[in-house]
Amino acid sequence: MPREMMFAEAIAVAITEEMQRDANVVFYGQNMAMTDRDPFVRKFGKDRVRITPISETAELGIAVGAAMMGLRPIVELYMSEFMLVAFDEVINEAPRMRYMSGGQVKVPTVFKAGFGFAAGWAGQHSNCIYGPLMGIPGLKVAVPSTAADALGLMKSAIRDDNPVVYLHHYMLMLDKCPVPDGDYLVPFGVADIKRPGTDVTIVATAWMVKKSLAAAEMLAKDGISAEVIDPRTLAPLDVKTIIESVKKTGRLVLVDQAPKHASAAIVIAGEVAEQGFKYLKAPVKMVTALDTSVPYSEPMESFVLPSEAKIASAVKSVMGMPVAAD
Amino acid sequence: MPTASQLSKDRLIWMYTQMCRIREFEERVKRTFVEHPGVIRGHAHLADGAEASIVGCLATRGENDLVMPSYRCHGYPLVLGTPARALMSEIYQRKDGICKGFGGSMHLADPAHHFPTASGIIGQGIAHAAGAAYAAQVKKTGQVIYSFFGDGSSKQGAFYETLNMAAVWKLPVVFVLENNGYQAYTHVALEDANAKAGDPLAQKAKAFSIPGVTVDGTDPLKVYDVVSTAVDRARAGDGPSLIESKFYRMSPHGNAITVPPVPTQFQEHESIEVYGNKAEYEAARKNDPIGKFRAHLIANGAFADGDAKKIEESVRAEMEEVVKFALASPLPSPADALNYVYA
Repeated sequence: MPREMMFAEAIAVAITEEMQRDANVVFYGQNMAMTDRDPFVRKFGKDRVRITPISETAELGIAVGAAMMGLRPIVELYMSEFMLVAFDEVINEAPRMRYMSGGQVKVPTVFKAGFGFAAGWAGQHSNCIYGPLMGIPGLKVAVPSTAADALGLMKSAIRDDNPVVYLHHYMLMLDKCPVPDGDYLVPFGVADIKRPGTDVTIVATAWMVKKSLAAAEMLAKDGISAEVIDPRTLAPLDVKTIIESVKKTGRLVLVDQAPKHASAAIVIAGEVAEQGFKYLKAPVKMVTALDTSVPYSEPMESFVLPSEAKIASAVKSVMGMPVAAD
Repeated sequence: MPTASQLSKDRLIWMYTQMCRIREFEERVKRTFVEHPGVIRGHAHLADGAEASIVGCLATRGENDLVMPSYRCHGYPLVLGTPARALMSEIYQRKDGICKGFGGSMHLADPAHHFPTASGIIGQGIAHAAGAAYAAQVKKTGQVIYSFFGDGSSKQGAFYETLNMAAVWKLPVVFVLENNGYQAYTHVALEDANAKAGDPLAQKAKAFSIPGVTVDGTDPLKVYDVVSTAVDRARAGDGPSLIESKFYRMSPHGNAITVPPVPTQFQEHESIEVYGNKAEYEAARKNDPIGKFRAHLIANGAFADGDAKKIEESVRAEMEEVVKFALASPLPSPADALNYVYA
C-alpha cells in the first residue's frame, strides 16, 4: 500500500531511513538539533546529528573532508543562496577532489537546500541557482517535484559516491502524494514523464512541473495533448527521454523559474538544437523568469515568474494557434 | 610522547635526512625550470625553508594520523613515505605521477600514505582537515589530523569559520600556521593586523578560546615539543590548537607567471625582487634550518661531519634517480582525461 506523504515529510523519512541503514551517514546544519528532544538527535545521537554556527564554508568544507574519510554527510543549508557564500566548496572543492587526485578519493556528500521561494522572499531568497551547478563535472544536481521523487532522490543522493546538490522547492513542501512502500529509490539521470501527450513536449523542474501539469490540464480542454517531462536530476541530465518525446510531438516548450540565461531550459534547448533539430515542427519556446531580480511585491513577483497562463500561451504559439496578447 | 631531548639518535638522523630530502627535491624542481623548460606546467610552490617545521611536526605523528596541507605540498608526502619518483612524475605531468597527471604540483594526494588531498584554493583545505577530524571523532579512530596552511590563509573566512567550529566540536586537529613572512608576494605586516601591530599571529587562537603558540620553525626540536603538546591535547579529546611556526621561505612564492611560449622559472625572492631588501634575505640564508640542525647534531654527537656528508650524498643520488625516472615516465593518453569525473 503506497503511503500518502507530504513533500517535507518525505525528505525527513528518506534521511531517517538512510541513517538507520548506514552508520556513516551524518546530518548537520544551523538551527537544528538544538536540544535532546530533536527527533534526529533522539534516534541517532549527537555525534551524527549536529548543530553548526552560521558558517557555510566550514560546514561544506567539513563535509568534503569527512566524506573523503568515509562519512556520508548531509548538510542542511535551508536556502540555496546560503551556498553562495561557500560556493568554492560547492563547485571548486567537492567535485574536484576525486578528479585531481587521479581517482584516489571520493566525496559522497549531500548539500540539501530549499529554493525558489516565490512567497515574498524577494531578491536574495527566491532564486534558482542550479544553472551554474549543472555544468560542473563531478557534481550531481537533484531537483524533485513530488513527495515520492523527493524521497527516492534523497535516498539515492545519500548512497551516491559523489557530491550531490539536492534542491527542494519551498512552494512544494506541503504538497502530498502517494509514496511507494519499501526501500524506494529514484535513480539519477532518469527523467519521468509526469503526463503523457502527443502534440507538444513540456520540460519543467520542481514547482514548474506543477504549473506545467495545470497548464496541460487547461490545454486538454482545447484539445491539445501536452506531454510533461520532469528530468528530476539536472546533472546527470536525461537528454534521451526529452529527444524521444520531441521525436513524437515535434514541439518543445521549456519551463524554468530561473532567468533564461541561468536556466536549465537553455541547456536543454541547446541539446535539442544539436540532437533533435530535425524532429522540430516549430521553434523551441522558453518560458522562464524575466531578466530581473525577484521583486518583493506580489503583482510584480507574479509578473516576473512563469505562470500556467504563460505556459499555455507558449504551447499555443508552438502549435501555431492564435495567442491572446499579454 | 617523548620530548625532543629524549629522541633517539636514529630518530634525529631520520629527521635530518628528511629535511635534506625535502630541500634536495625542491632544488630539483627549481632546476627543472632551467634544465627542462616546459616539463613543469602551471604553478609550483616550494617548501625550502620549511624543512625543520615540516619534519618537526611530522616527527610527532602517530601511524594513522592524517596530513592535509595547502597547495605548497611537496614536502609532507616525502616525509610520509610517498615515493619521491611518484611526486616528481606528477609535477612533471606524467602517467606515473601520484595523481596520474590529473593534479600537478598544487594538488598532490596520497591517501595510502595518510595524505588525503591538498586544496589549491587558499584556506579551503583548513575546513577539509576539520572534516577529516570530524570523521575521526565520529568513527572513534583515535586519529589526529595535521592541518598545514600559510599566514595568508589565516585571513580567509574558512580559517575563522573552521577554527571556531573545530573548537566548539572539540575536533582532534592541530592547525599549523606556517608564517613564512609573505602572503604570496605581500609582506605579512602589510596584510595581517597582528603582524602590523607587532604581535604574534598565534594570538588569533584567543578568538576561539584554544591554545595558540608561536614557535621557531627553523628548529625542528622546538617545533616537535610544541606540536607534541597540541597532538596530545587533540588525541585526548580536548580539541584543537593553533601553532604559528615561524620560518623564512627561501624561494619566491612560486615560479614566475608567464604566458606560453615565454619560458617560466623562479625569480629572486620577493624581499629582493619586490621590496629591495637584500639584507633580510641574506639574514634568512644565514639562519638556514638545515645548516643549523646539522651543526646542532654534530655538536651533540648524534653524527660526525662525515656521516652528514654521506646522508647528503645519498639524498642527492636519490633525487637524481627521481628526476631521471620522472623524465622517462610517459605522458598520459589524452583520453585518460575522461576518467575519474564521477565515482
